[in-house]
Amino acid sequence: MEKILVGLKRVVDYNVRVRVKSDGSGVETDGVKMSINPFDEIALEEALRIKERGDAGEVIVVSIGTSESQQQLRTGLAMGADRAILIVSDGATDAITRARALLALVNREDPGMVLLGKQAIDDDNSQTGQMLAALWDRPQATFASKLEVNGQTARVTREVDVGLEVVDIDLPAVVTVDLRMNEPRYVKLPDIMKAKKKPLDEIPIADLGIDASPALNERLFEPPAERQKGIMVNDVAGLVAALKDKGLV
Amino acid sequence: MAKILLIAEHDGQALNPSTAKCVACAAAIAGAEIDVGVFAETAAGVAAEAATLDGVARVLTVENSANKDALAAVIAPQVVALAEGYSHIFGPSTTFGKDLMPRVAALLGVNQISDIMSVEGTHTFKRPIYAGNVVLTVEAPADQPVVATVRAASYSAVGNSNSAAIEATDCSAQLPTHSRFVELQAGSSDRPDLQTAARVVSGGRALGSAENFDIIFQLADKMGAGVGASRAAVDAGYVPNEMQVGQTGKIIAPDLYVAIGISGAIQHLTGIKDAGTIVAINKDEEAPIFEVADIGLVGDLFNVVPELTKALD
Repeated sequence: MEKILVGLKRVVDYNVRVRVKSDGSGVETDGVKMSINPFDEIALEEALRIKERGDAGEVIVVSIGTSESQQQLRTGLAMGADRAILIVSDGATDAITRARALLALVNREDPGMVLLGKQAIDDDNSQTGQMLAALWDRPQATFASKLEVNGQTARVTREVDVGLEVVDIDLPAVVTVDLRMNEPRYVKLPDIMKAKKKPLDEIPIADLGIDASPALNERLFEPPAERQKGIMVNDVAGLVAALKDKGLV
Repeated sequence: MAKILLIAEHDGQALNPSTAKCVACAAAIAGAEIDVGVFAETAAGVAAEAATLDGVARVLTVENSANKDALAAVIAPQVVALAEGYSHIFGPSTTFGKDLMPRVAALLGVNQISDIMSVEGTHTFKRPIYAGNVVLTVEAPADQPVVATVRAASYSAVGNSNSAAIEATDCSAQLPTHSRFVELQAGSSDRPDLQTAARVVSGGRALGSAENFDIIFQLADKMGAGVGASRAAVDAGYVPNEMQVGQTGKIIAPDLYVAIGISGAIQHLTGIKDAGTIVAINKDEEAPIFEVADIGLVGDLFNVVPELTKALD
């Protein structure tokens, strides 16, 4: 295939313990480390491997958000993507809006595959890939742990609740990747320098003909109810006694 | 009034237990009239089971040989055809529902709400985000159908003393052929299903090998428990992926959860926070799992676990 499009979402880093803002309007992001959504990083790694095997000509990374998302796109370019596109949206966007924006880009770029993470670790939605596939009227292979490209089709192994499901899909298609698909490469310093020279285009979301105002009203962000700290026992006998106390054995 | 279409999950033979939990969620919506949609090659058995669920008004069956493998791209246009006139379309937040429901939502041109954990109004719901570190209250527009997945672990299954009407329906949707099922590699196990077991024993990276994981299975068998694992144990290849518990694995709510050699990363804890009683066995007394455990025991799992298995004789 000629092109693979990879979505990279800017999210609060995996290792940060998020805090809710005191007024409940969102989570604290001031001074918080931001990164590429880890699943998206795996998607990019897979796209790069497909290209390195000679099954794709170009890897394009795309993000939707404020100009700050340039950082994550630059990281993607340093990993090895050929060029980047930022769909600029200053406000928050719904998943359906993001899918519509990606579809507009798909229509411009005509990729053979769109690779995305299976979910973003901020909203935990797991929606954008499926929605894009629906709007595009193309196959979706979600939660993928293995991907083989065979000309005009792909064989995908999916991690599902009962085990592993294998599907064949015609290309073009959307594939969303799970954790065990690969281990993303580390970025080396010279690659970061090189990435600065790679093209990064910005397109205002309105220029794609999309109304980006959210339909979902995110009314309140709260910390979850905490579990009470329990008791410690010294040995197996104590554990069995405690379980008996609760009527569990 | 809320007219709710609930998409049944099944394997062609039996109804998945998640469906009875979704009914409980749907019933929490004021004025709910709940229909269950069964998309199958042969629907009779599954439909009969769904008809027993308390609170269900009708079971609608859509039979088509293309539905045998429950591919989202094939089922979604049929759901859309059946969804005409419904205010809410719900599915379980399992890999089946998470694959299907966003595709349904997009075909309807609306958003989807993932992982409903509580119903706050006909169009307002609470759901976990950031691996369960934050609870979001989200309101969907009143003038659009609400498409959502239900976090089954947040609900108890409804009873099964109902006898709802079963109606076969025709579905004229155009079905794609671009996606083809090849095979399912499913681990066969006589143990209780992880997602519905009343007791679950899980092992972590500290087990050290697939062979060592045997002591987890032995304890689980003694307790009549399902078996789970941390992401680290799955990544290390000790056990297959379907045993992973946590943010990106299974979200479970057993009466008793025994975490063995699991440090308790936040991504794991989000999968078990609704468990009745959490027991932690870990040699590191600083392990975060002890912060949420109801009963904690600091010790070497290779001594403690066999001893516990023996003590339960």
